[in-house]
Amino acid sequence: MGALGFILNAEEGERGWRLAEYIKRGGYSALKKIVNEKIPADQIVGELKKSSLRGRGGAGFPTGLKWSFMPRQFPGAKYVVCNSDEGEPGTFKDRDILRWNPHMVIEGMIIAGYAMGCARGYNYIHGEIWEIYKRFEEALDEARAARLLGNNILGSDFSFELQAHHGYGAYICGEETALLESIEGKKGQPRFKPPFPASFGLYGKPTTINNTETFASVPYIINEGGDKFLELGKPNNGGTKLFSVSGHVNRPGNFEVPMGTPFKDLLAMAGGMRNGRKLKAVIPGGSSAPVLPADVIMECTLDYDSIAKAGSMLGSGAVIVMDETTCMVKALERLSYFYFEESCGQCTPCREGTGWLYRVVHRIEHGEGRPEDLDLLNSVTDNIMGRTICALGDAASMPVKSFIKHFGAEFEYHIQNRKCLVPEDVQRAGSGFFKAA
Amino acid sequence: MLSQDALKQIDREIAKYPADQKQSAAMAALAIAQMEQGWLSTETIEAVAGYLGMAPVAVYEVASFYNMYDLAPVGKYKITVCTNLPCALSGGVHAADYLKQRLGIGFNETTADGRFTLKEGECMGACGDAPVMLVNNVRMCSFMQPEQIDRLLGECE
Repeated sequence: MGALGFILNAEEGERGWRLAEYIKRGGYSALKKIVNEKIPADQIVGELKKSSLRGRGGAGFPTGLKWSFMPRQFPGAKYVVCNSDEGEPGTFKDRDILRWNPHMVIEGMIIAGYAMGCARGYNYIHGEIWEIYKRFEEALDEARAARLLGNNILGSDFSFELQAHHGYGAYICGEETALLESIEGKKGQPRFKPPFPASFGLYGKPTTINNTETFASVPYIINEGGDKFLELGKPNNGGTKLFSVSGHVNRPGNFEVPMGTPFKDLLAMAGGMRNGRKLKAVIPGGSSAPVLPADVIMECTLDYDSIAKAGSMLGSGAVIVMDETTCMVKALERLSYFYFEESCGQCTPCREGTGWLYRVVHRIEHGEGRPEDLDLLNSVTDNIMGRTICALGDAASMPVKSFIKHFGAEFEYHIQNRKCLVPEDVQRAGSGFFKAA
Repeated sequence: MLSQDALKQIDREIAKYPADQKQSAAMAALAIAQMEQGWLSTETIEAVAGYLGMAPVAVYEVASFYNMYDLAPVGKYKITVCTNLPCALSGGVHAADYLKQRLGIGFNETTADGRFTLKEGECMGACGDAPVMLVNNVRMCSFMQPEQIDRLLGECE
């Protein structure tokens, strides 16, 4: 676990996540305050707007605004859904939040139910983290036993039921409408928008979907006020944020830091570059975000605006660090394979295009590239982007475009010389796997 | 076909959803069936469909869409290795190579004694712990250097 903040402030170990420990840390006081003081829903949404909390799943959409879209007075069922289907390569923060602080997410979801007039919620948990799913179910049982969930919460007239839904291995279900389809017991194929989930969501009912970290931020905002949360970060980028640092660093892990922290500082927290090697490139917001060369990222601060100005996206806060031992063609080949494998097949440009991207990068990597291949790759991305129902097509295209833009010379070397600029043994040493052998 | 215990577990899943949305339990029911049977045969899928009142093809669609369902028999221990980029930067591919060499099989193959199946996985959301492997869909193993891999294989006797 990384630097201390309010989200990751739980103690690691077998007890810190439990209800009693969470309450000792001040947990569920935001919910109690709301229920006891009968705080109006508008006021809660107002605090969220003031806080400048933006969706932590990757899109960065203002949470308060999203909540205000829900037709609170709509009669009948409405749903709150948490997206813990964390499968964007490089992202591993929600797993730690659920592992060390599941009740903070539960409290945030209950408050969301109260503010939006929903009586039911689901947390969709990534398939591969079974142990975390089981822990979350246990946390739900604890909350039910303490009358924090269920009918007449804390003796009030507010009722809310929450369940966990376990995924089973499909990256696309991180897309919110695919996730809803998946809860409905279907293939996870995204829906065309509009209608948006706020009007036609789970089972066709109004639904709000937020990321795990977004819900975990809510109790703090209620307790301390939106202004204080905003002050933790910087204007238009409120709060602290979890950054998942992976790749060629000495201490990979999650670090909770204020929005606007310089990238350099985060790199230092992660122990700096592995074996003191030289930084080559960073993907700052999960595999779908455009790659940035070392000199560009070293000047960035970590917030939505700074990273966007540099030509990439803060996304989910997944920082993938690559040093000089990295072959950029091989790196892109693996990402392109991922999108090809995970395309749900619904839209032709994505289903066919991701296959083209993978096969062309694959042949360059394997010494069979052709002089026209870089133009071909750019042309394929142009024919995918903006032409699909969901963002997976764009997500597959952005790495290709940015790798070619910033590291085109390395691709050309591969095509001309039929081999890599970075010698094989150097690449092999970079992974650090054989140190023990 | 499915044991009483499995059906009881499936009932608990059905109860999570509105009474008229039983099909929402299809994913969980398939996972429970797979844990019990080892893999999902057509008969097992049909049994799940029958229990949930769904068309078998609708359940088959779910089973064939999500990566963690096995539609063919696998070894007693299915080891899935993440080789995606963040893991690869910290040895994910090398860990898979090491496993292939130790077991004498490639991806999507099973050892002759039926003990091990090796799969290539996509992002498991644990990139900071690379190399990462998942055993039988439920046990995540972190920081899998050669020594840790040897120990894991030893435990899977």
